[in-house]
Amino acid sequence: MTPTASSTESSAPTSGVFDDVVRSDSSLRRFLHGLPGVDQVGAEARAAGLATRSVKTTSKAYAIDLAIRMVDLTTLEGQDTHGKVRALAAKAMRPDPADPTCPATAAVCVYPDMVATARQTLGDSGVHVAAVATAFPSGRAAMDIKLADTRDAVEAGADEIDMVIDRGAFLSGRYLDVYEEIAQVREACNRPDGTGAHLKVIFETGELQTYDNVRRASWLAMMAGAHFIKTSTGKVQPAATLPVTLVMLEAVRDFRDQTGQMVGVKPAGGIRTTKDAIKYLVMVNETCGADWLTPDWFRFGASTLLNDLLMQRTKMTTGRYSGPDYFTLD
Amino acid sequence: MFEYAPAPESRAIVDIKPSYGLFIDGEFVDGSGTAFKTVNPANEEVLAEVAEASDADVDAAVRAARRAYTRVWSRMSGAERAKYLYRIARIIQERGRELAVLESIDNGKPIRESRDVDVPSLAAHFFYYAGWADKLKYSGYGSTPLGVAGQVIPWNFPLMMLAWKIAPALACGNTVVLKPAETTPLTALLFAEICQQADLPPGVVNIVTGAGDTGRALVSHPDVDKVAFTGSTEVGKAIARAVAGTDKKVTLELGGKAANIVFEDAPIDQAVEGIVNGIFFNQGHVCCAGSRLLVQESVADEVMARLKRRMATLRVGDPLDKNTDVGAINSAEQLAKIRELSEVGESEGAERWSAPCELPAHGYWFAPTVFTGVTQAHRIAREEIFGPVLSVLTFRTPSEAVEKANNTPFGLSAGVWTDKGSLILSMANHLRAGVVWANTFNKFDPTSPFGGYKESGYGREGGRHGLEAYLKGEDS
Amino acid sequence: MASTRIDVRKTYKLYIGGQFPRSESGRSYVVNDAKGRLLANAAQASRKDARDAVVAARAAFGGWSGRTAYNRAQVVYRIAEVLEGRREQFEAELRAAEGVSPGRARAYVDAAVDRLVWYAGWADKIAQVVGNANPVAGPYFNLSTPEPSGVIAVVAPRGPLLGLVSVVAPLIVTGNTVVVIASEQHPLTAITLGEVMATSDLPGGVVNVLTGSVAEIAPWLASHMDVNGIDLTGVADPALAAQLEVSAADNLKRVRRPAPDTDWLAEPDLDRMTRFMETKTVWHPIGV
Repeated sequence: MTPTASSTESSAPTSGVFDDVVRSDSSLRRFLHGLPGVDQVGAEARAAGLATRSVKTTSKAYAIDLAIRMVDLTTLEGQDTHGKVRALAAKAMRPDPADPTCPATAAVCVYPDMVATARQTLGDSGVHVAAVATAFPSGRAAMDIKLADTRDAVEAGADEIDMVIDRGAFLSGRYLDVYEEIAQVREACNRPDGTGAHLKVIFETGELQTYDNVRRASWLAMMAGAHFIKTSTGKVQPAATLPVTLVMLEAVRDFRDQTGQMVGVKPAGGIRTTKDAIKYLVMVNETCGADWLTPDWFRFGASTLLNDLLMQRTKMTTGRYSGPDYFTLD
Repeated sequence: MFEYAPAPESRAIVDIKPSYGLFIDGEFVDGSGTAFKTVNPANEEVLAEVAEASDADVDAAVRAARRAYTRVWSRMSGAERAKYLYRIARIIQERGRELAVLESIDNGKPIRESRDVDVPSLAAHFFYYAGWADKLKYSGYGSTPLGVAGQVIPWNFPLMMLAWKIAPALACGNTVVLKPAETTPLTALLFAEICQQADLPPGVVNIVTGAGDTGRALVSHPDVDKVAFTGSTEVGKAIARAVAGTDKKVTLELGGKAANIVFEDAPIDQAVEGIVNGIFFNQGHVCCAGSRLLVQESVADEVMARLKRRMATLRVGDPLDKNTDVGAINSAEQLAKIRELSEVGESEGAERWSAPCELPAHGYWFAPTVFTGVTQAHRIAREEIFGPVLSVLTFRTPSEAVEKANNTPFGLSAGVWTDKGSLILSMANHLRAGVVWANTFNKFDPTSPFGGYKESGYGREGGRHGLEAYLKGEDS
Repeated sequence: MASTRIDVRKTYKLYIGGQFPRSESGRSYVVNDAKGRLLANAAQASRKDARDAVVAARAAFGGWSGRTAYNRAQVVYRIAEVLEGRREQFEAELRAAEGVSPGRARAYVDAAVDRLVWYAGWADKIAQVVGNANPVAGPYFNLSTPEPSGVIAVVAPRGPLLGLVSVVAPLIVTGNTVVVIASEQHPLTAITLGEVMATSDLPGGVVNVLTGSVAEIAPWLASHMDVNGIDLTGVADPALAAQLEVSAADNLKRVRRPAPDTDWLAEPDLDRMTRFMETKTVWHPIGV
């Protein structure tokens, strides 16, 4: 029942299941507005309840290493340089140079013009290169420019593309436009040799505001062929929150029930501490189950989180609290 | 696999004595009845020996309460009474963890609940009613107290029920004699210690421990002006008979068989949470538990699939483990009753499903269970099970939902799940229940009145309305 | 033996947005004790300090009014707890500033603490006393509840502790935020009370205290278009009060007129709360 990453990779968007749904703007709207509502208070109470789980000792050690393996180590600044990206990539491969048992992160996440540099540094380490594309973070550009942005990044060696949806189109109810945009970007992720980059679709949930919108955006993106759905760019507050991620996890869970296809989830922005990361893992565990507890299906978009994970990891082995001076700042 | 390692709350914070006396006139004294044992229902360990109050002990407690009423408490200004209640609220907050751990040990409820629900609500209740003590002239019920209140509380929420009884009584200027349940006396005795720390005048609060005989002696004592009881409908009726022909004022908060009604347009994930919270919160030992799930036929299969999946994630076990969702059944007697009614459910043809969970070898345990294919005729649809057992019925239209929901002698609470506001209000109008929760369940607040219709009792506890039970209704 | 130690004196500043800034004007004025000896220099607030205080009060309004009533009750109760712990300081200040007897000073401090406790309890009860369900003749749910008006400017009466507490507590407990001009003659205790509030979990900006000339600052607050109400309790000059009320009409501020004869030791009525609350009525259809 559980498809592997590769089977999902080769599957076509919607696999025909939703052909009727995406036939027209009105049929798509009827479907999205027919999804069950999300009660804000109840969803937030559930997220807060899960956040009270107490993860200790061996479970905590397991969770910390898992979280490190799920990090998309990110730099998305106007001031980024090749030197900065090389340093970040080095850190992704060996987060704790003093401890060879420390796992590598899942990916580094950079702007498209930095993909080649990241690719070169990472080599065949297994750490992926993710690139934000489609006029990140606002998404306000012409379609051909967004597609060119995507193709550039894929050609430069990106394994994963993090696109943003057109929130203006979504909020004004032009769902089919959003659907087609996602489908086209997914198309642009394909390489001539038949392989392709994985597509993560960013909703910018801080702009969508309601959980009903988050649920609708999740289904829209999954039907359009997203491999991952992602909360935020990190440039808008609020970024990732537990309840938003809960609603998205419920969506991928229900999508698999209906289609057999798995879709990954990536909360990004604002997750800074080990404690926070573990709350997310608990939520994945109790909402979607163990199938999603791998870097193939769950990621953290983060930069400062990694050092806190490393400090906590060291605390678990040495029994004393560490300090930021003992970890690299890259 | 991501398994959670044990995360036990430390028991070292509580100091359980080998034996406990009664709390009368500000002092702990020996009882003259036969001492009884209270056990930890999670492992059957004997926790302590507790004095049983005889008729003479009850009489001594009532006399102490009368003295304190006449000489001190009824003469004190409301503003000064308020300060004592605020002190108690603050000490409860300060000693919150200790109260929570002891409550979980003696009752079996998960520490997550005692820590996050019972104890905060205990403090909030005292804080809220403290504020009324000097504002009774605004209550609409006068500001004259009744005198001595005899109060008998159940074992399901020992501290919360204590607060619901003692806080409004004291705020209005009454003094109290309270009897905690036989199986859960320890936190009430810790509360007595808090009264001492607060320098509450002796005799204002008296705690007498014991079983049914002690309770009977208390409610039928001729010098008790007010009887407040929370517990079974059967005992409630006996109390109503016992006070007939006297001047005693009575409030009764009794059993329930609440309908939790899920419409097809409900926010489904939150509805599933609400169903789980409605019946498995506190092991289902909740008089207002949503023990009858009424689900619209068009979504019944989907709701049941989601409910079972969610139930499979419930963590049943050590109440002191911070990750436990469902704790121990409070007593062997209650466990036997739950088992018996569940067997009746099966023999009457309902389909039983229990969450897959490993139950501890010792102690009193019952896996979260749901019965489908239940009809109004089944005993499990009519009788209060008071355990983690849910009966599922279906309906087609709003009027059928109302008919089924109201087709019971009880009327304590009900739940409605739909995204349509006007339907919520229409259902609320038609449901014969004292509390109607919409898109939520098992919510309590000191400001919000709680109590039943029909055989679920009379009188309200909580809020401004909760003052009525402890005031004469006019100014003397 | 004569002490050779020199006192460390306190600098009295304003209390705005949770901070204690000097007046932006750089001015101060002399405050004497009851016998005419120098007590301290108090900051003399300007119109710009008043403007800054309104900005701070507005910024704090959303968060403070959005808290649960229970939480506001606990915070106001906490002010009472902290004030009780500093009662000797306040008694000494009242005796120095006003020249009252020790017994009188104690009575004022007692009453101020008790007043805070009394109002704390109203936070989660006022809606239960002045709000209600309305049995309209139709299939509608109809409920009226009180809500805070917003930013309220207050001219405090002369009692530097009890008077100030009695005008500020009813406003904040209901969720309003406040800019208060302290008693011009006895401003120092108001700032010390600010220190109490600043250490009582009260968010910065909920209460802002200005010291200085009422005649200079009050007109700016009365005419300020982002102030929702003005309490003129402490305005002694009837002509100034009338002028302030005229200014307040520009944006229809809720106005409370001067109350020169108030017995601050007596239990207050509800009107100090309800005057600066709005009633909101919600209608919703009932049907299937």
